[in-house]
Amino acid sequence: MKLTRRLFGGAAMATALMAGSMAHADDPVRIALVVKALGIGFFEAAAKGAEEAAAELGNVEVIYTGPTTTTAEGQIEVINALIAQQVDAIAISSNDTDALVPALKKAMQRGITVISWDSGVAPEGRELHLNPSSNPLIGNMILKLAADELPEGGKVALLSATTTSTNQNIWIEEMTKVLGDYKGIEVVGTVYGDDLADKSYREATGLMQTYPDLDAIIAPTSVGIVAAARAVEDAGKVGEVNVTGLGLPSEMAGAIESGASKSFAIWNPIDLGYSATMLAYQLATDAAEAAPGAEIPMGRMGTLTLDENTEGAMADPFVYDETNIDDFKDIF
Amino acid sequence: MSDASLTPRSIPDRLHSPAARLLASWELLLLVVAVAIFIANTLASPYFLNAWNLSDATFNFTEKAMIAFAMALLIIAGEIDLSVAAIIALASTAMGAAASVGVGTPGLVAIGLATGLTCGAFNGVLVTRMGLPSIVVTIGTMSLFRGISFIVLGDGAYRDYPSDFAYFGQGYVFWVISFEFVLFALLAGIYYVLLHRTNFGRTVYAIGNNHTAAQFSGIRVARVKFILFLLTGLMSGVAAICLTSRLGSTRPSIGTGWELEVVTMVVLGGVSILGGAGSIPGVVIAAFVMGLVTFGLGLLNVPGIVMSIFIGLMLIGVIALPRLWKMWRA
Repeated sequence: MKLTRRLFGGAAMATALMAGSMAHADDPVRIALVVKALGIGFFEAAAKGAEEAAAELGNVEVIYTGPTTTTAEGQIEVINALIAQQVDAIAISSNDTDALVPALKKAMQRGITVISWDSGVAPEGRELHLNPSSNPLIGNMILKLAADELPEGGKVALLSATTTSTNQNIWIEEMTKVLGDYKGIEVVGTVYGDDLADKSYREATGLMQTYPDLDAIIAPTSVGIVAAARAVEDAGKVGEVNVTGLGLPSEMAGAIESGASKSFAIWNPIDLGYSATMLAYQLATDAAEAAPGAEIPMGRMGTLTLDENTEGAMADPFVYDETNIDDFKDIF
Repeated sequence: MSDASLTPRSIPDRLHSPAARLLASWELLLLVVAVAIFIANTLASPYFLNAWNLSDATFNFTEKAMIAFAMALLIIAGEIDLSVAAIIALASTAMGAAASVGVGTPGLVAIGLATGLTCGAFNGVLVTRMGLPSIVVTIGTMSLFRGISFIVLGDGAYRDYPSDFAYFGQGYVFWVISFEFVLFALLAGIYYVLLHRTNFGRTVYAIGNNHTAAQFSGIRVARVKFILFLLTGLMSGVAAICLTSRLGSTRPSIGTGWELEVVTMVVLGGVSILGGAGSIPGVVIAAFVMGLVTFGLGLLNVPGIVMSIFIGLMLIGVIALPRLWKMWRA
């Protein structure tokens, strides 16, 4: 204890001066891509996109990192480690809109460019936020996909991630707004699978038992939609209950083939990681500034126009069905 | 024993000198591990040995360690509290609700501590009055306390904390020495005295070693255990204040999974999970070891799951090594 303390105090103080000269001028621009948790297909694909952007830009090193579980506390530990390494930029998909703000503010105070992408951070904790699409378009799209298969109307239920998932809650809210545009569609309930495969499966099974005449399950989460499709297959309700929402082509190929899911949507996470890296590079090298109305180039994805909250939308969500699934299932 | 003033007839009150005991102690081994990790980190990353970085790293363990001190006493006495993380959530929610109607910082602190104490008392009553096993009771209250937070907050968040409330989790007492670190050190001192220098501390060991013998020795076992549950609840309240202040907001998912990290810290510190043995210095060093490992591997951008594996292996090693040592000697 005493020894540890002394080392903490003495040696640390002595070398504190050294750290200032750690960053050299011709070092590569180091951009950290921080995700909600490691081991999620969507984020692995985003990391691929980030590497693509790095290769295109040249002098860029991408650090792909994140906590083991989707907690704000875990991401703060990651952010502290990145601040310590004096990275040039942090591009984060956050687990909590508010809780990360103090840690990210500290990063910005120490000269690090901070942007959020996919799942946002409150405006005071980042310079800009990159939305994969716009929330109203996504909310509309997930309902449209379900309604297109139900011309006579029908009962649909929602299988979401956690009750505190920022993204899912906004999309469901936007979906509810346009519910009146789809005649005869009734939302009978919302359940939460916590983005865990087994819990999502149980919740989906529960939905089919509670509402025997259910026509569709909308799962706006890549974990939930796969679990729901499997639950429908296992319950022998393929053709009766259509699973749709947001999912990954590689994970959903089986469900499209079996017919448990007619179609689903997703933006391209490769494009998202690519764009986030491009934007972080632009800001970190002072080539662009994040301000309302600013137009920032993001390589092959065109330009991002920022609104009054310094947020911008990358592109429209893209629909995958049996006609194109084979082209995408090997990509992500 | 080497003291010349002792007469040959005197009976030693210890079988080994303090120095000899220290050499064979768990704490020393742990300290060696801590120093080794520190040196390895310094060699592995040029960013490790920096005052501000190390200061940031202390936040990885200070709040958990505060709970771990009280938890150590509880586990030594043969009980456990798995609801500590849920108490954090409930205390934080109570503070957030109070802050949203304009309660000032002193009031918030009082509410955080009171919520912790109330939860601790609830656990204590169920265990000591009703005679229920603490592991079952606190698994139940773990869902209960966090459940209340979820009912109150749903997918919302409290973020209207007064600006001076940020001091507890983001303030610095002097240079890089954070308020949390000072509080951690202070509490380590208090719990050291409580466990190792008071009658109360001796009774805690006595209860953990032999519950029945302690009872027949005139120790009010139920009362001591009740006080330990109160303390654990109180420390969870303290941790809730620090964590809420550091995050600047409250969501019902705050501190998820911390109960296991706290128990890991306690067991890694050499406290016997069966009760009856352990020390506060051990827990303090274990806190540093866990903090240093997490931070050091983080600096190398090692994926989190590898860190979990590392901590898991360390824990198994910690429990298995002494057994293997005894088997080898026998």
